[in-house]
Amino acid sequence: MSAAASSSRAADGGWVPALRSGAPVLVAVGLGLLMHFAVQPAVGAFKARVLIDIGINIILAVSLTLVNGFTGQFSIGHAGFMALGGYAAGALSYYGSIRLFGSAAFNGGVVSWTASQGTFGGPWVGGGDVLFVAACLTGGLVAAGAGYLVGLPSLRLRGDYLAIVTLGFGEIVRVVLQSTPAQLSQAADVAAAPWPLLTLKLGGALGFIGLPFYTTLFWVYLVVGLTLAVAIRLKRSSYGRAFLAIREDEVAAEALGVHTTRYKVRAFVLAAFLAGVAGALYAHLIGSINAGELGFQKSFEVVIMVVLGGMGSVSGSTLAAIVLTLLPELLRSVTGTINTHLPREYELPDLRMIIYSLALILMMILRPQGFCGLREIWDWRIGRRRRPT
Amino acid sequence: MSPLLEATRLSIAFGGLRAVQDFNLALEAGDLQGLIGPNGAGKTTVFNLLTGVYRPDAGEIRLAGQRLDGLRPFQIARAGLARTFQASRLLANLSVADNVRIGAQLRSRPSLAGTMWRTRRHRDAERDIEARTQRLLATFGLAERADELARHLPYGDQRRLEMARALATQPRVLLLDEPAAGMNPQEKLALRELVQRIRREFGVTILLIEHDMSVVMSICETVTVLDYGVTIARGTPRQVQGDPRVIEAYLGVAAPPGGPPGDA
Repeated sequence: MSAAASSSRAADGGWVPALRSGAPVLVAVGLGLLMHFAVQPAVGAFKARVLIDIGINIILAVSLTLVNGFTGQFSIGHAGFMALGGYAAGALSYYGSIRLFGSAAFNGGVVSWTASQGTFGGPWVGGGDVLFVAACLTGGLVAAGAGYLVGLPSLRLRGDYLAIVTLGFGEIVRVVLQSTPAQLSQAADVAAAPWPLLTLKLGGALGFIGLPFYTTLFWVYLVVGLTLAVAIRLKRSSYGRAFLAIREDEVAAEALGVHTTRYKVRAFVLAAFLAGVAGALYAHLIGSINAGELGFQKSFEVVIMVVLGGMGSVSGSTLAAIVLTLLPELLRSVTGTINTHLPREYELPDLRMIIYSLALILMMILRPQGFCGLREIWDWRIGRRRRPT
Repeated sequence: MSPLLEATRLSIAFGGLRAVQDFNLALEAGDLQGLIGPNGAGKTTVFNLLTGVYRPDAGEIRLAGQRLDGLRPFQIARAGLARTFQASRLLANLSVADNVRIGAQLRSRPSLAGTMWRTRRHRDAERDIEARTQRLLATFGLAERADELARHLPYGDQRRLEMARALATQPRVLLLDEPAAGMNPQEKLALRELVQRIRREFGVTILLIEHDMSVVMSICETVTVLDYGVTIARGTPRQVQGDPRVIEAYLGVAAPPGGPPGDA
């Protein structure tokens, strides 16, 4: 170990630092492969689906942590970025598939194949996978562009005022996407229409349907791994410290040379990108996307995860995303189990949303700083007083 | 040769209140000057003008010839003018070391890609920030508390941390806003030594606002006195002490010359 460490110092710029730099990518790929090939067959379709929901919520919660937690800006329009990303990615994969492969059917490889759909007979990597990755990146970039536009008012507004702007943004996105013209489904129509027109035909109030199913545990946990790496590396660097300084005291941060406006916009852009990718994953999980489901209620779900986890804690918001995704599922099965033992006239109604809300209220009373506050889970193991950054 | 920091005819009004009028200042490299005046005289407003928190209505500010007026606070900090705040503005929920690191990273322009990939340039920059942070913490006797949250520090340590943090930006001129506020006599004595040591060891030019005359009179070479936004006197501590206008400003009545202005 010590030999390896000293050789890395001697050969700085060699493969050892490169390996260390790229380690999170390897870990993320490893995590994705593990979830896909080991966990998925073991847990079955239902639990695999819950794990995917957890993963998408982790991406959303951790990305929102960059804005609400690190930078201290209160955004409650995160679902708007998710919706934009989902629609942009869907437009590319749906119309792209029809143009390239003749139909919007699945055309991917083994990592994009969900086991419950039957045995897989295709190649390791299909052309559809490439299109899907491009779609996810496009979704992220479109959302990031919107994040830039929303970030701009944050230069002047703070607190409640900014929250209202982001809320308004989310609603505008929802309404605009729900007002888009009907989608094209005939290959001939798609081939005839120019791309700019295709990007507008997103199904309107009916939702954008018929998207190919590419999202698997592999892709979701690959992105989860990368998102966590981004957030943790940020938190431990000058770049992320500038975010934190803005949250703590904007005037002081500015006096210490932090270009506060630039960093605020950057936080928005980065968070929006990740939310856009999450939206792309979501769209290709369900096979459709409907902006109606991604209104402020979804935004609040994510905000609750961030607040509950601890404003600024990456591991805390990850934990909260896991707990808050599992809780309704668990409560559902608990109510179900109790009801099987009760006579029909005494059966409990579906109490899970009430218990869920009650849990949140109790949490805010008993531990207003969330699970972790600003700290990370591993800070406790090292020692109460140490706070590595 | 022109002074290191020069303000000429700075003025600002808030509504009908002329907070600062025709304020002039010339700090030569190595100076330690004081800015005093009764409450509400406009001292902190002068600091806020110099550091870009407020834009002057009129007048010019130059640091080593470079125009500062109209620049944003972070640009002024990068130009080499650092400050502390009257009411502590520490980054309360960050560690003591992080407070200093924020200052120390002023001259590194981190890129997102470099941060994500931990490039060599990124690692070198972080190492440099860390080394300077640790040196400053040691100089200010804060090394043992480096990992504590800033808000958990005792008051005196908080004031020193603010100075350490400002110095971490490697300024040419340091503005201290009431560094002795709330200190007991022993702490004030230690502060006097600290300010002089900072000047010596960091080669920094200092302008300080202070209410406590014992501090101002013992360490400042030149003192400017403000009252109602107007400069009413300037000179050595002794000259200023004897100035009838200063005494009047502080006590409200003309007193016989020779007595010190009261401890406000």
